[in-house]
Amino acid sequence: MGRYLAIRFGRAALTIVLVVTFAFVVLRLSGDPALMILGPEAPPEVLAAFRKAWGLDDPIWFQYLDYFGAIAKGELGRSMRDGRPAIELVLERIPATLALTLPAFFFKVVLGIPAGIYAALHRGSAIDRAVMMTAVAGFTVPSFVLALLLVLVFAVQLGWLPSGGQDSWRHAILPIVTLSLGGAAVLARFTRSAMLEVLGQPYIRTASAKGVPWRKVVTSHALPNAAIPTVTILGFMVGTLIAGAVVVESVFSWPGVGRLLVVAVANRDLAVVQCILLLVAMTMVTSNLVVDFLYGFLDPRLRAKGAHA
Amino acid sequence: MAPLVNIEGLSVAFNGVPVLRGVDLALGKGEALGLVGESGSGKSVTWLAALGLLPRHAKVTGSVRLNGREILGAPAAQLDRVRGGRVAMIFQDPASALNPVLTIRKQLCESLALHRDLQGNAVKAEARRLLDLVGIPDAGRRLEAYPHEFSGGQVQRIMIAMALAGNPDVLIADEPTTALDATIQAQILELLSSIRCEFGMAMVLISHDLGVVAENCDRVAVMYAGRIVEEAPSNQLFADPVHPYAQSLIGALPPLDGPRRRLTAIPGTVPDPAMMPDGCAFAPRCALASDPCGLAAPTLAPIANERAVACIRAEASRRALLGIAAE
Repeated sequence: MGRYLAIRFGRAALTIVLVVTFAFVVLRLSGDPALMILGPEAPPEVLAAFRKAWGLDDPIWFQYLDYFGAIAKGELGRSMRDGRPAIELVLERIPATLALTLPAFFFKVVLGIPAGIYAALHRGSAIDRAVMMTAVAGFTVPSFVLALLLVLVFAVQLGWLPSGGQDSWRHAILPIVTLSLGGAAVLARFTRSAMLEVLGQPYIRTASAKGVPWRKVVTSHALPNAAIPTVTILGFMVGTLIAGAVVVESVFSWPGVGRLLVVAVANRDLAVVQCILLLVAMTMVTSNLVVDFLYGFLDPRLRAKGAHA
Repeated sequence: MAPLVNIEGLSVAFNGVPVLRGVDLALGKGEALGLVGESGSGKSVTWLAALGLLPRHAKVTGSVRLNGREILGAPAAQLDRVRGGRVAMIFQDPASALNPVLTIRKQLCESLALHRDLQGNAVKAEARRLLDLVGIPDAGRRLEAYPHEFSGGQVQRIMIAMALAGNPDVLIADEPTTALDATIQAQILELLSSIRCEFGMAMVLISHDLGVVAENCDRVAVMYAGRIVEEAPSNQLFADPVHPYAQSLIGALPPLDGPRRRLTAIPGTVPDPAMMPDGCAFAPRCALASDPCGLAAPTLAPIANERAVACIRAEASRRALLGIAAE
């Protein structure tokens, strides 16, 4: 088991390093922060001084080593715009983002999973078809279209809810609904197909043949098996809690991590972008690790393999 | 004596396509009945339909009586008491027949809790006794194991233990040894027959293996294209089959002694259930078929004590059987 854990953690660390490296290289190849922040009219000597101050005139491999050296010391750099530590800028935005993504996660789960289970148990019924049509619509419509549609109906036409900003809890409703619907649709489809797969298995027939009442066949025989694939998609959703609302935050002018990322990329505010990506990679990787361990908990066959790996 | 299970006119259609076309079958107390026929002839469907285990889109008609009580279309609560309690069933592929994420103890104790009036430690003790009974060594420890930790033969033993948990009157064994290799197959069949004697259970052995049925059953019913075409005591059926299909099946068995010969096959294929011929379903493949065979499907009619056959050309065979010279 120790070896298994070591391999898992090693892979997770490698993933994070790769993500950060990729971001580092792409950001530096795709634009000059000095020009972005100071503007094209800035005198050449000011630009040169700016580049020197931030170490941008060093060779890229030197900057790269320097960056990792700083990370090792726990420093994630400073924003080139206002000189504050990047981590501080990012951390102060996280509560705003979680205020959207956590309730949205909750609604995805309580809407998506029961809808999927119900649709699977009543396969081919009118309700199944309705759930699946909604689900297809829910995940084919891009979130910005859905967001604009909701704004049009509930803010512009009906005037019930504000169209953007962060002044009260009412401002959070439309962004949360936008995030929830798409995710719930994905989860409903996943849960439904996982349930259908499991309900067709011989052990379900065995349970019925034993005289287990149908309700209990579903809860104690089908659901624990269907949970295995569903946990995968749930893990992915947990991984997007920090930066899963980039588009929605932009549409609703919600001052969260997503909007900070958009602004920072536009400005080539390198340290801030890298800091966000590092954080995103770490949440993704952590939720994947948790999912892996949950598999072992849910599926005894994998537990045995893990122990021998 | 009234039969334990009495099936009359049982028919099943999937999406309008008939797969079972009027099955009449009776099973006596403690009797071992073999059900043989090719894949798709309706052997398994007969019993899945009788116990209400077919998917909802299957249309089931007819009558199935257990101890005189109708169970076809019975309320779910009554069916749940019959399944596993009066009639237990074991299946072909033991590896996928047990729930992979539950321990053997959970699955075995579930059956015991449903059908036996046992509490607390008594449940676990009984589970251990059943595992012992079916020959799983170190039963106490093995109860906590998961299905994937057992071999195919052992899983089938566990399935049998689970089937015994409700003290059933009938055990339906649906191709119980098809997925197992030959030595394990013999052990499982031996276990089944010793348990049957010990518990006085009736057993239905569904198989396409004529040898298995001949050795383990008192009586055999031969199925073809969703109907029973011949019913007879095992020894009589194998010595002297009457229906041309049964004759061809038994004729296709290679003899153990005597000269080597090519394996014989029945010409043609089983008709598609969606395009059944009007008359006898076997007529297109039958050497004895005549014009009337294509008009109406023959019904299962008694030809001798304990023997019945569904064939209008059986007359000649019946006369021969009774020792009456043909006219």
